Amino acid sequence: MVAVRETVETVDKVAGEKYKYGFTTDIESERAPIGLSEDTIRYISAKKEEPQWMLDWRLEAYRRWLTMEEPAWAKVEYPPIDFQSAYYYSAPKQKAKLDSLDQVDPKLLETYKKLGIPLLEQQMLAGVAVDAVFDSVSVVTTFKEKLREVGVIFCPFSEAVREHPELVQKYLGTVVPTTDNYYATLNSAVFSDGSFVYIPPGVRCPMELSTYFRINEAQTGQFERTLIIADKGSYVSYLEGCTAPQRDENQLHAAVVELIAHDDAEIKYSTVQNWFPGDENGKGGIYNFVTKRGDCRGDRSKISWTQVETGSAVTWKYPSCILRGDDSRGEFYSIAISNHYQQVDSGTKMIHLGKNTSSRIISKGIAAGKSSNTYRGLVSVHKKAEGVRNFTQCDSLLIGDQSSAHTVPYIEAKNPTAILEHEATTSKISEDQLFYCMQRGVPAEEAVALIVNGFCRDVLQQLPMEFAVEAQKLVAISLEGSVG
Amino acid sequence: MLEIKNLHVKVGGKEILQGIDLTVNAGEVHAIMGPNGSGKSTLSYLLSGREGYEVTKGSVTYKGQDLLPLSVDQRAAAGVFLAFQYPIEIPGVTTMTFLKTALNSVRKARGEEELDAPRFLKLVREKAKPLNVADDMLKRALNVGFSGGEKKRAEILQMSLLEPTLAILDETDSGLDIDALKVVADGVNALRSPERAMIVITHYQRLLDYIVPDVVHVLSKGKIVRTGGKELAGELERTGYAEFAA
Repeated sequence: MVAVRETVETVDKVAGEKYKYGFTTDIESERAPIGLSEDTIRYISAKKEEPQWMLDWRLEAYRRWLTMEEPAWAKVEYPPIDFQSAYYYSAPKQKAKLDSLDQVDPKLLETYKKLGIPLLEQQMLAGVAVDAVFDSVSVVTTFKEKLREVGVIFCPFSEAVREHPELVQKYLGTVVPTTDNYYATLNSAVFSDGSFVYIPPGVRCPMELSTYFRINEAQTGQFERTLIIADKGSYVSYLEGCTAPQRDENQLHAAVVELIAHDDAEIKYSTVQNWFPGDENGKGGIYNFVTKRGDCRGDRSKISWTQVETGSAVTWKYPSCILRGDDSRGEFYSIAISNHYQQVDSGTKMIHLGKNTSSRIISKGIAAGKSSNTYRGLVSVHKKAEGVRNFTQCDSLLIGDQSSAHTVPYIEAKNPTAILEHEATTSKISEDQLFYCMQRGVPAEEAVALIVNGFCRDVLQQLPMEFAVEAQKLVAISLEGSVG
Repeated sequence: MLEIKNLHVKVGGKEILQGIDLTVNAGEVHAIMGPNGSGKSTLSYLLSGREGYEVTKGSVTYKGQDLLPLSVDQRAAAGVFLAFQYPIEIPGVTTMTFLKTALNSVRKARGEEELDAPRFLKLVREKAKPLNVADDMLKRALNVGFSGGEKKRAEILQMSLLEPTLAILDETDSGLDIDALKVVADGVNALRSPERAMIVITHYQRLLDYIVPDVVHVLSKGKIVRTGGKELAGELERTGYAEFAA
């Protein structure tokens, strides 16, 4: 094991600089008073200049939340969260409202540059429209004009509440109701910003839409809310990226994402989640408790989730599809990588309500270090749903001998015409494979990355091209120090 | 090129190689023959640096340097290549991707410029053609679902790309019909050069009809018990290994 040990030692040396997004930006900010109360919620709502109905909605959710208990069924362990010691609103201080990019604090733009987000429009040849959320507020949305020409609305959530209240009121909470679950209810009460997308009937969104989330402030929770509506016959592809500074404390991220696809519409939602995972001793890192759900409300609609999850200390996340419309289709492609002391409990729910609905689940879990990686998924077929098809494939790859992988599939079929397939495998990177790659000159760490990328290929292929390259690199980075 | 002196190697606590002496000069092709369990594969793994092979005595010098402290990939970069008896499957990694990763890793370690995609593609096609490796095969995951012949041709293609100075071929003939054997042997012969040494490990003489060695060694119970010219292989084919196994 000489070669392997050497590799591990080399990596240990550089472990401190491994999370390259672990910087903070020194920027003045204004925060809500610490802790959670009706006053905090009123403060947030006032800051956002929200109408009364929005505040009422929040308060109702908050009162509901007070009666709820934190879920304990996931295979993750963490000390109790003190919700009174966090800040629920933090915003970079700005002099006035922004009219153009030139007015954005240069330090913020510098941060996004460090993160590799081409925010300035002249750099945006790739044609990706970005909404950047820094702590609690959306800082800037690029390419707005061009989108407006085709009738696409892509703006910060708070702006949508003010300028498109009829759309927000019609759709908000219709996929993830305020009563849904502990974290979603909390989010409903305190959400600060996020992205809003509306694609009008028959429009194919001319560019990829993208949101970049970053937690900068210490002790701050991030609760963003994303709502995407694809009207009849429209199409949109949406990308989401996340990073956070490296801190000793645990920070809470509890987002809610709601997708609605009407007749013949398609939404493709891709996430590369790289929140700070904690250090190699399991100190610090983000608690990522996220509720993501898509509603295939119309016939022949399609929603596809693709996620690459490499960050967070604890992940609790089940992007799901409600297949309500006849002939609608849901897809879930996932790569979840855990290293060191990370804990992942992730999967999906495919709820088949309509006739001839189909779903496909491809999950690749990779567990290294002392991490725990669980796939938890539900495929449910309701009584009236004739002709349902599902295919599920869950593959787990173990690296080292101290990591663990678990697969917990739930299958409920109440209609006898359903055809459901489930395949699952668990394997280890073999000594033979490593030796073979190294004999061809590939160093140990790169050999692991190569093998893991091969293992994830089915899912990586689902990502938009430029994202796929990034994701491959991310796979390599998150597995550093895992050979052994 | 390669000098092995009084080499003793333990695997899992058991001494498999019990004092090997072997000198291979640049430009030479040495065949190592022997019955099953004589230590042929142990020697090839030891030279390529696989874990679990413990040298208890002796030395291995390669290009004037001690080979043993080098890791597997360092040895590969230094020009040691092992063609596997049973090539390993790498699911999801296309042969093309694998070849590019390997070649550029080695080039990087040798201080050479890495090849970009167009230059790499041109080189691969050039090397693949004489081995009957079609584009379709390059697009498939490495060794996954490959026939015996495809696997061995892929091995020789890798060897041809990486341009090793010491190539070890471990039972390259196993699993090949006569036509496939000829293609593989032609590929190997094309790589013979005054700067390159080869060690051909085989159980049967058949391969040596196509890859004609300069020197033949007989390995038995962890020792080289006889050394001769290429005619020794023919002699063994007639008499078998019985006299050495006794």
